[in-house]
Amino acid sequence: MCLAVPALVVAMDGEMATVDLDGVRKAISLALVDGVAVGDYVIVHVGFALQRLDVEEAEATLALLREIGAQADGDNGASPA
Amino acid sequence: MTTNPSRNVLLLPALDLVQGRVDLTHGAGGRAMGQLIAQVFSQALGNEYLAQGDDGARLPPCSGQLVLATDAHVVSPLFFPGGDIGSLAVHGTVNDVAMMGAQPLYLAASFILEEGLPLADLVRIVASMAAAARAAGVPVVTGDTKVVERGKADGVFITTTGVGVLADGVCLSGANARVGDVVLVSGPIGDHGMAIFSVRENMAFASPIQSDSAALHGLAAAVLRAAPGTRLLRDPTRGGLAATLNEIAQQSGVGIALDEAAIPVRPAVHAACELLGLDPLNLACEGRLLAVCPPAQADAALAALRADPLGTDSARIGVVTDDARCMVQMATRLGGRRMIDWLAGDPLPRIC
Amino acid sequence: MKYVDEFRDAGIARALAAEIARAVQPARTYRLMEFCGGHTHAIARNGLADVLPAQVQLIHGPGCPVCVLPIGRMDQAITLALERGVIVCTYGDTLRVPASGKCSLQTAKAQGADVRMVYSPLDALHIARSNPAREVVFLAIGFETTTPTTAVTVLQAQSEGLGNFSVLCNHVLTPAAMHAIVSVPGGIAVDGFIGPAHVSTVIGSAPYAPIARDWHKPIVIAGFEALDVLRSVQWLVCQINEGRAEVENEFTRAVTEQGNRKAQELVARVFELRTDFEWRGLGSLPDSALQLRAAYAGFDAERRFGVAYQPVPDHKACECAAILRGQKQPQQCRIFGTACTPETPVGSCMVSSEGACAAHYNYGRFRTPA
Repeated sequence: MCLAVPALVVAMDGEMATVDLDGVRKAISLALVDGVAVGDYVIVHVGFALQRLDVEEAEATLALLREIGAQADGDNGASPA
Repeated sequence: MTTNPSRNVLLLPALDLVQGRVDLTHGAGGRAMGQLIAQVFSQALGNEYLAQGDDGARLPPCSGQLVLATDAHVVSPLFFPGGDIGSLAVHGTVNDVAMMGAQPLYLAASFILEEGLPLADLVRIVASMAAAARAAGVPVVTGDTKVVERGKADGVFITTTGVGVLADGVCLSGANARVGDVVLVSGPIGDHGMAIFSVRENMAFASPIQSDSAALHGLAAAVLRAAPGTRLLRDPTRGGLAATLNEIAQQSGVGIALDEAAIPVRPAVHAACELLGLDPLNLACEGRLLAVCPPAQADAALAALRADPLGTDSARIGVVTDDARCMVQMATRLGGRRMIDWLAGDPLPRIC
Repeated sequence: MKYVDEFRDAGIARALAAEIARAVQPARTYRLMEFCGGHTHAIARNGLADVLPAQVQLIHGPGCPVCVLPIGRMDQAITLALERGVIVCTYGDTLRVPASGKCSLQTAKAQGADVRMVYSPLDALHIARSNPAREVVFLAIGFETTTPTTAVTVLQAQSEGLGNFSVLCNHVLTPAAMHAIVSVPGGIAVDGFIGPAHVSTVIGSAPYAPIARDWHKPIVIAGFEALDVLRSVQWLVCQINEGRAEVENEFTRAVTEQGNRKAQELVARVFELRTDFEWRGLGSLPDSALQLRAAYAGFDAERRFGVAYQPVPDHKACECAAILRGQKQPQQCRIFGTACTPETPVGSCMVSSEGACAAHYNYGRFRTPA
């Protein structure tokens, strides 16, 4: 529910952090998530980090999805998009 | 308004352009106003027409059909990344004239100043306006200044009126689009709208996004030379691409089919839209034009756009269709379809 | 955008759509309700209904906290703005929601009320600090995604000793709404749920288990991007084919079974359950909404200003109740598109762009013959 987007943590200052999303930078609060470090991805909603993005899970999901895509291309005899 | 500093004006102490503020005497038509005009406006905008010093400008005769356009500029904040209300006021009206297919010739500028406006801001705005006018080759030949009480204007409102001349046979109109025509855009959309959001109170964020505010008459002329059959030109300002395309669809009684993947959007604008819950299609551009061209001339028009520094990222984004409902539809990247409607009011950030 | 764009890949979307087409039983209909407004938006803006086989019918649920906000709650905010001289801070979503007498916060602003749009509740705190002589009220709406942010804001206000800040609390709970939808007498015309993404980030996947189990409806928690939604449709089709009714988590990169414990604890510290709360279109639901605890009464705008809630009934012709439960489609409402449009919304489903009727009006209207 509700608009939230993953963004990269590029700086931290106490309970606040600066996140970067393709060049857009915003100061957000880390009050809801412990153990965030620069280089982490967090899910941002109304100026707060809601959760750290589990990058391993994200990559695992993407790997599965890409496999599905590759299989379909293989079936169609088309080259990958 | 007169622009000649009279001897009486010289008896007033010079305006404090660093710390001073506009006050009600500056609009009263007396010596203080004369001083303001001389030291701020004429100083920056000075040209042979303003120097005539009369209530109106005497202009050289011109042959050809005249085009007249006017625009009020009320942008807040007054200064934003990539521009300010001064340059915007020049570009906006120059573009209105240019979108008619006319060559812009002269501008008139009327200022409503709020009591308390820092003179330093006014100097900056007028300087920016002068630079924009000079770069565009369209002088501000006459103008007016009024001052209203604190709280009755957002710092400054500027209305510019522009006159231009059409070459023989040119008659662009939003009613001209025909089924099969190609829709082109001259560059990435939403830059201006997002630049404003990025400095808006309670919403601000840091980014490389700059307003695309620019004078488009050179670009417009290039398109018309390369594609003389062009049906219409329009700059998607307030309401963005969505509003402008819907206007055209209604005016011409046609539908428009867009290709989402073809519409250029800068990554930072895209990202800011994701963060705030906005759609680039609804955000204003102030330095982009849409061109609707007959299919046989679309390639030539696109090439002409891309050859111009203001149009390097031009793209073909859609076609005009036969649709009695005058709907604007878009083929999504995923192969689905959605309607592009225009908003009732300003686009608002959302949380859901 | 990293971890966003990859989940919008068109080639993989086509592949997933093909897998779904292979998985559906040709003579069967799969009625899937996406609960959350963000999913409604994702489906509409991508035109996902066009890439799915005809056997899959997507039904829009109530999951927009603006849609389910009763008129009477908006009236409270407008009263505070117009009659009490407070600075009302609000998200953009609620600015134009029409309440009684066709008033909205926007029209109140036109009449001289000080209404300010904010991106974050922390912006409202900033306004309170900058205007010590004025009262500042933050209109807090949202499901469990947003509630923790309000909790932090209240705690921050308390630690700073801010005496001019309060919250008009309209936070609501997802499981209660889901339960109301699914427990309608006679059974609900929905075979499975696409579960909320960011609500689940906070509450975890565990709270959905009783609903899946007791009502035998599969629930797949899905991320917000096109590939997430398609994958969750695929898993739902699979569960329905196999007669299963489990909670599955497609959004593993952000959702765990337990959710965000810290956020949950902060919410529990500041808020408690209201005995009941009226939901527009769904009626009064018990244990479905939150209010500030007594310890934070000073930050509760309702108590601070004594603005009582006055229920306002919906229009008689409004079909939102049936539409929210998937029993009717927007086009079947008598006033859809005529008296009731996004500019003149009569019921909750038209009020925000994620309501079922607004989504259909804005994105899907062209599919129905003129």
